[in-house]
Amino acid sequence: MNPWMLYLVWPLIKFLIAFVIVQVIVAAMNWIERRVLGLIQARLGPNRVGPWGLLQIVADPIKFLLKEDIVPSSAEKIAYFLGPMLPLVPAFIVFCLIPFGPPPTFAVTHTNVGLLLILALTSTGVYGIILGGWASNNKYSLMGGLRSAAQMVSYEVPFGLSIVGVLMLCGSLDLVHIINYQAHHVWNVFPQLIAAFIFFVSMNAENNRTPFDLPEAESELVAGYHTEYSAMKFAFFMLAEYSAMLVNCCLMVSLFLGGWTLAIGGYGLTTATLKSMGFMGGLLGTVIFVVKVMTFMMIYIWFRATFPRFRFDQLMDLGWKWMIPLALINIFVTGIVVLAAPEMIINGSVVPVGETILAVAGAATVALTLFLIMKPRAHAPKVIHASRVSEA
Amino acid sequence: MEQLTASMPLIVFVMIGTVAVASSILVVAMRNPVHSALFLLLTFLCVAVLFVMQKAEFVGAVQVLVYAGGIMVLFLFVVMLINVRHLPDERVLSNFWKGGFLVGLAVFALFVTMVRPGVYHDENPNKSKLSTVRDRVAINSTKNPGRLGHKRITRHNVNSEAVANALYTDYLVPFEVASLFLLVAMIGAIVIGKRELSAVEEETAPDYMLARVETEREIKEAMSA
Repeated sequence: MNPWMLYLVWPLIKFLIAFVIVQVIVAAMNWIERRVLGLIQARLGPNRVGPWGLLQIVADPIKFLLKEDIVPSSAEKIAYFLGPMLPLVPAFIVFCLIPFGPPPTFAVTHTNVGLLLILALTSTGVYGIILGGWASNNKYSLMGGLRSAAQMVSYEVPFGLSIVGVLMLCGSLDLVHIINYQAHHVWNVFPQLIAAFIFFVSMNAENNRTPFDLPEAESELVAGYHTEYSAMKFAFFMLAEYSAMLVNCCLMVSLFLGGWTLAIGGYGLTTATLKSMGFMGGLLGTVIFVVKVMTFMMIYIWFRATFPRFRFDQLMDLGWKWMIPLALINIFVTGIVVLAAPEMIINGSVVPVGETILAVAGAATVALTLFLIMKPRAHAPKVIHASRVSEA
Repeated sequence: MEQLTASMPLIVFVMIGTVAVASSILVVAMRNPVHSALFLLLTFLCVAVLFVMQKAEFVGAVQVLVYAGGIMVLFLFVVMLINVRHLPDERVLSNFWKGGFLVGLAVFALFVTMVRPGVYHDENPNKSKLSTVRDRVAINSTKNPGRLGHKRITRHNVNSEAVANALYTDYLVPFEVASLFLLVAMIGAIVIGKRELSAVEEETAPDYMLARVETEREIKEAMSA
């Protein structure tokens, strides 16, 4: 085949298709989130524009485009304009690296360090928030930006460490390989339960979602880093945030929930089975992938509706004192188990001894942790009512 | 057409290299520290692209992950916390420009003498070392079906594994020593940052800091009471 077609035209077409689908999902998420939040909070949500408020998806962008675009007179102009645009670039590039279905047809590119590249790109998304917060020349914006920087740098550590356990089990940084491995063994969420939990919590923190939405805590910072942004620039921030959410959900599904496959121990819809079905099989795989991703998007919304916001020191405590040690212990135990109990072949069939041990240990640890958290602390500080202070 | 595809790496190299050099000059030339930091970020990204072009995808990805994603964020964090909008405009060069120029020249001379003999130009061994791994894989033993057998294979295009192999076998001691150094530096920073106020400092410390210390003490007393 013509190299231009192979390396430029086809990837570009595939990327454009993925891009359009992602943008539609992001736009729809705005409506879905508001409706689901309404459902959870026993109210209606947007229901005026079109049937069930569906045309809200169109109405919101029109509103963003038509509103006045205000630039504060004392803003640092270049950084102020760069702020909303910078996070969009990595958010869009990352979709090239995620395999949505069985490759090569349903994945745009395929590199052997795919996962690392995705992590690297998503880690640069924080610049938009920091720059926007600083350039607005507003103390609330600056505080939002600084909080975001501290939070993202802190939670990137457990985010990365939680993946290491998966890498040790699968032995590759290639997402396609990881997904195939899971189809032939078991979904990583079982042997890596703790890692999956840490990954989910840190990905919430990375995306500044409630309960970790301190950079835009409206009760303290007006609107945080995007206080001074209006119209389409504000929409860009939202677009980047929802794209990053989608990326993280894709990662979660690929790393822990078997990606586009629906198989255990090699039985069910593995990559080979899907490929034997031809193009329709690939499409089926993509549908499975999207369904799994959307489930996690729903959990995001559920989280937002359920948990109150952390205090900033609580957020840092959770990250550094709980998540990182837990992730390190997980790596340690996984390493021991992988070395000590590799796969054994009993009566001709592969028995994943190590993974069974890990799954049991993970479940036990989670049960213990829940027990420790639920137990009321003996030395918990008592809340002294203001009128009683003088008496004490 | 074929000529163009063949010279594509060179074109990309010239473009990215120019941007990298230009932005690294701008890092020291900019008057606003935040702008300097942003150009440094651009330099890091360009260098990452150059790494990828040399088939060192792992190093490129780590370059972005560590420098662009971690260290630069902290730089920006500090710069913004100090919030210096502009440096004073009077002087173009600092007092130390002669010394700085000499040091720069010396480092440049060092690099030229090191690079020119071609010590790092033995492309073929390096490339093969960076992209292939000799590995043992478990297979079903042909003689005894109940047990595992091993087979030696050579795998290509596994950049990250090759780096890990080099780091944890050939260069294990330097790697551990470096990590120990970093740990010591980190503990030192924490000790300096978290120490209690001494008597002299208590006189010179700003009021808000003393007030905070006072409030903390009061809270402690209220708790213990």
